[in-house]
Amino acid sequence: MLDQFRPAIVLTVLLSALTGLGYPLAITAVAQAAFPVQANGSRIEIDGQLIGSDLIGQNFSQPGYFWPRPSATVPDPYNAAGSSGSNYGPTDARLIERVSGAVASLGAAAPVPADAVTTSASGLDPHITPQNAALQVARIAAARGVAPALVDAILADVTEQPLLGIFGQPRVNVLRLNLALDQAAPTGN
Amino acid sequence: MTFFGWLQIGFVLVAVLLLAKPLGLYLARVFTGERTFLFPVVDPVERGFLALAGVRAGKEQNWLGYAGSMLMFSLLGFLALYAILRLQNVLPLNPQGFPALPPDLAFNTAASFVTNTNWQSFGGETTMSHLSQMLGLTVQNFVSAATGIAVAMALTRAFMRSGGSAIGNFWVDLTRATLYVLLPLAIVVALVFVALGLPQSLDANFVATTLEGAQQTIASGPVASQEAIKQLGTNGGGFFNVNAAHPFENPTAFSNYLNIVAMLSISAALVYAFGQMVGSRRQGWALISVTVILLVIGTGAIYWAETYGNPLLSAVGVDPSMGNMEGKEVRFGQAMSALYAAVTTGLSNGGVNAMHSSLTPLGGLVPMFLMQLGEVLPGGVGSGLYGLVVFAILAVFVAGLMVGRTPEFLGKKIEAREMKLAMLAVLILPLTILGFTSVSAVAEFGTSSILTPGPHGLSEILYAYTSAAGNNGSAFGGLTANTLWYNCTLGIAMLLGRFAYIVPVLAIAGALVKKPRIAPSSGTFPTDRPLFAGLLIGIILILGGLQFFPALALGPVVEHFVMLAGQSF
Repeated sequence: MLDQFRPAIVLTVLLSALTGLGYPLAITAVAQAAFPVQANGSRIEIDGQLIGSDLIGQNFSQPGYFWPRPSATVPDPYNAAGSSGSNYGPTDARLIERVSGAVASLGAAAPVPADAVTTSASGLDPHITPQNAALQVARIAAARGVAPALVDAILADVTEQPLLGIFGQPRVNVLRLNLALDQAAPTGN
Repeated sequence: MTFFGWLQIGFVLVAVLLLAKPLGLYLARVFTGERTFLFPVVDPVERGFLALAGVRAGKEQNWLGYAGSMLMFSLLGFLALYAILRLQNVLPLNPQGFPALPPDLAFNTAASFVTNTNWQSFGGETTMSHLSQMLGLTVQNFVSAATGIAVAMALTRAFMRSGGSAIGNFWVDLTRATLYVLLPLAIVVALVFVALGLPQSLDANFVATTLEGAQQTIASGPVASQEAIKQLGTNGGGFFNVNAAHPFENPTAFSNYLNIVAMLSISAALVYAFGQMVGSRRQGWALISVTVILLVIGTGAIYWAETYGNPLLSAVGVDPSMGNMEGKEVRFGQAMSALYAAVTTGLSNGGVNAMHSSLTPLGGLVPMFLMQLGEVLPGGVGSGLYGLVVFAILAVFVAGLMVGRTPEFLGKKIEAREMKLAMLAVLILPLTILGFTSVSAVAEFGTSSILTPGPHGLSEILYAYTSAAGNNGSAFGGLTANTLWYNCTLGIAMLLGRFAYIVPVLAIAGALVKKPRIAPSSGTFPTDRPLFAGLLIGIILILGGLQFFPALALGPVVEHFVMLAGQSF
């Protein structure tokens, strides 16, 4: 058994160096050179100001913006330093109560799209469904003082469809949508 | 359920089946010592590593020697990882300044990653320094997977050979599995992942000012490199707390396909390689078809339950047409969330792209059940193959009992010693899972960690020990597992589920390799036909699953009827 010490120690050290340092550092070097945008988190900058990541949802609560899905991260919604789902089981009374409150605060006629009132797995879901977005158009048009048709047009423009109509889901990136909205119909708020 | 949903599921499975043959043939060449196209690059490195380690490639081990080396290497890996986690506050590459992990959490995490479980009692982005993620967790993602492959190949050799006691050399198998299989594939997959949007940097978190003027701190890091090996090695331990539900780990529908294909590919190919190496490709396909059938049934059950939705939420005004969206991401939808949940638990991967805790009761029952079947669909890299072979041995034994002949599998007589060892291996799972669950379900230190009371609470505990003993690593995340009791007992369950299974498997290899390979006769039960595949499915369901039925009845099944009755807790 003692003669197994040497291979155990040597291979632990060598394989650790190769897979634990060599591999991630080499991938980092190649990634930073070949895909700098993705490798650094798909950041969105406007006039030199970092406003977020294209992939990470952020919280919106003003009436003039599309709202994302509810988020279960703590202490604040869309805390991208600590991803989390609610983890409530399907029969948890707190889940029913929270969803019921969310339905009421939407102010829309029931039934409402499920994604509008449930928290995502990550708490950082960047997308909402087109049905959820459509529900919000009237509020945004009113808040910005523009025609709903304009908001509809922007929404249609930002909505992504499944590849070849099959792969993926119809979805709307909320941050992209709100950026497009700010560009096309700026508000004072 | 929609036609397009099933089409997406079918697309992934077809991709895996198309990959199984070429990758399986490649694996077979690597582990029989034949040249492959990577030979010119990898061989000098392999020779160098083995020379420094003092291992002569031609010197093979018997099963005891093989098991001893495997245990020694795992122990050393465990100690090294424990040390890194306990010292991460003074080690470099800690841009967030995270403190050292407390002893119980470090024990649990070290046990978790050394056993290829990757259960996480911690949230990655709030606990682990970049160095711990890379030199600690990523290393074990590679070598624990390589260990599984090595053991599977040792067992395969026992069927290939006739006489003698040598089943290969652990150090050679370990090195080859890492250098020829895991590392090259990980490099390719990691770079594709970066192209698809996964971050890969050594920076600390970055801070953005949102459109509404709030500050948003965004955690990032060397995500792609870890995600690639996490899937290929069926580890499942994510960089972030929410694993592959996090947009940085899994940003698009396409990255989600790649995630699922990557985690299935090596395990499926290993089963094919087994058939190739023992001289019966049909045997490989027979085993693969068993896993595909059970996986499709499992996926369908989750998909159905989740699209049905949660009637308690429909009652308060939620449109049920989207299904149960609590704990799911819009970009994946129900079909690909269901497939991910089935594959990750059939596989002993344990990564998630939806929160299993928030699945409907029956949707959550299925992942738990798939783990309880013994992680053989097609299981973790290596561990799935040897698990399948153990079930196949049990199946030919049962068939032998029915017709009154000495059972044989691939020309090897299955006798009392192999049967005892096979039963020893498969009994570890129920013993560990049901034992710890029953204590936790009645003791204050167990029940105080429950998030959702009622029958779901039992499910949270049962899921945790199932996941740990099955070396899966997924969780009903509501359970507060970062406590002294759960960290210690889950750690023990993981170690038992891994090593108390591997040692009997290697002993079976040691017993089988000595026996002569006998030619099939007219009385031999063919093990590469649909009849055997059907019998094997029955054995897996009855032996693997039935023993957990009472526990499942009290958890998810009761919760299902309670939910239909409109009650919440």
